[in-house]
Amino acid sequence: MNLAEGVQLVSLLLLSAMMLGAALGVVLLSNIVYSAFLLGGVFVSISGLYILLNAGFVAAAQVLIYVGAVNVLILFGIMLVNKQRDFTPIPNAWIGKLATGVVCLGLFALLGAMVLGTPWALSTEAAAGDAAIMLIGEHFFSDFLLPFELASILLLMALVGAIILARREFLPDEDLDQPADQVLTLPERPRELVSAGSTGNTADESGDR
Amino acid sequence: MNQGIDLQGSFVQALIDLGIPAGSAKALWLPLPMVLMLIAATVSIFVVVWLERKISAAAQQRIGPEYAGPLGTLQAVADGMKLVFKEDIIPAKSDPLLFTLGPVIVVIPVLLSFLIVPFGQNLVITDIGVGIFLWIALSSIAPIGLLMAGYSSNNKYSLLGGLRAAAQSISYEIPMALAVLAVVMMSNSLSTIDIVQQQSGHGVIGWNIIRQPVGFLIFWIAALAECERLPFDLPEAEEELVAGYQTEYTGMKFGLFYVGSYVNLVLSALLVAILYLGGWDFPIPIEMLANWLGVSETTPWLQIIMASLGVMMTLFKAYLLVFIAILMRWTVPRVRIDQLLDFGWKFLLPVSLVNLLLTAGLKLALPFAFGG
Repeated sequence: MNLAEGVQLVSLLLLSAMMLGAALGVVLLSNIVYSAFLLGGVFVSISGLYILLNAGFVAAAQVLIYVGAVNVLILFGIMLVNKQRDFTPIPNAWIGKLATGVVCLGLFALLGAMVLGTPWALSTEAAAGDAAIMLIGEHFFSDFLLPFELASILLLMALVGAIILARREFLPDEDLDQPADQVLTLPERPRELVSAGSTGNTADESGDR
Repeated sequence: MNQGIDLQGSFVQALIDLGIPAGSAKALWLPLPMVLMLIAATVSIFVVVWLERKISAAAQQRIGPEYAGPLGTLQAVADGMKLVFKEDIIPAKSDPLLFTLGPVIVVIPVLLSFLIVPFGQNLVITDIGVGIFLWIALSSIAPIGLLMAGYSSNNKYSLLGGLRAAAQSISYEIPMALAVLAVVMMSNSLSTIDIVQQQSGHGVIGWNIIRQPVGFLIFWIAALAECERLPFDLPEAEEELVAGYQTEYTGMKFGLFYVGSYVNLVLSALLVAILYLGGWDFPIPIEMLANWLGVSETTPWLQIIMASLGVMMTLFKAYLLVFIAILMRWTVPRVRIDQLLDFGWKFLLPVSLVNLLLTAGLKLALPFAFGG
């Protein structure tokens, strides 16, 4: 074993251990913020594995998209959700956990059997390395054109949907009928909410102005 | 184009001549450029901090630091020593693990990005094909560290500052990536070496700033926003947020943020120099001068002069940009957060898309000037 092979083996073991540990942490930790940060660790380890497979572009894209975009958005989602609420303990929760564990182990066994049982057509060609960018580009504009364009349309739809949700030009009627005490308030500073029925005076005042 | 000076080749060959096997010789070479680059990054902080203090002082008609070392050059060392010896306070009810990890995650990608910064033809740690894309990917990790620091401080100013920093850095990454894409389109390569090669040979008129003036402005604005420099230093806007995500940090953890921000400034300036100002290229093509004087390009002393001139040109261009950034700090007022996000999404993004489209069109129409 020469130097390069040794470095490769050690990094493979380290990255695999990191990835498995972080992934288990994502699933098993009860603190959701830790789970989200560990998810970033999983993505970074996967990108390290891509580097070991001589796919530098895929590794960089993995970091850019999954760590830089997806994970940050998940973190935003968690941190902008206001309430730190403890879960009420459910009686006999262990049955659910046991069932989940059994299903997960079964799925793992199934996938493992599939991976070991399939006669993979392993390519003996050397990895494309730096030329991979050109190859990926060619594939995107020839035989993978349809999935590529469909993915872009999907993303566009998600974008438009997110904008419509965020702009809230149309408010559902039932929001106005709710009594004031049921409206969610910020924990640190309760807002002075005026219920829909008693807005007559303020409306008049604003009309005067 | 000749290969210039090959430091790695000569070093490895010298060790092999001394009787060390080839594998060990290469292994001995490997850490050298990395350590050198770390030292260069550290020294660049001292230079930038000194410049910042002196230029700020000049802009405000003060003298600035003058007792620590000649002309106050060692002021940054004094500051750093002070930070090292300060008590490292972890606030009560914070999350100590994430609190420690936050600054580390902010700094590591910045230092890693120096992998792809070329100071000369062969003066680069790795010339990987992914090149500039690696830097874009790495710079997208920083928001996670900022969010981590903001969240774990258990302080509302920190959390708001962290969220602002992450939002700002995500928003300005897109115009920046699109501006880089236009440059990449012209040079047909993501490698930083190829990008500079494509600009060199014709002096100033070959540089990308001539062909990509809009892209240059977009990139520079986005880079300032990524570095959280004024007029975009909203995450630490002291009137609104105390000090943003840095509020609870003291000692060397604060020092890491400080280091990260200044190294990031130098890195951005270096990358602007490489992408738009021709990198190590001299404003007048040296090969032409050498031909006029009748000196062959392969003459050893000419190559040494060219290599050192290249490093000096790269650093000169980068520090010129740092100087502009520092001047801007005392010239331009801070924008509001809504103005910042409006500017990023509603102005820079469409403009950078148009710039990309125009570049593509010009590349098809004028292939000789826009790298066909």
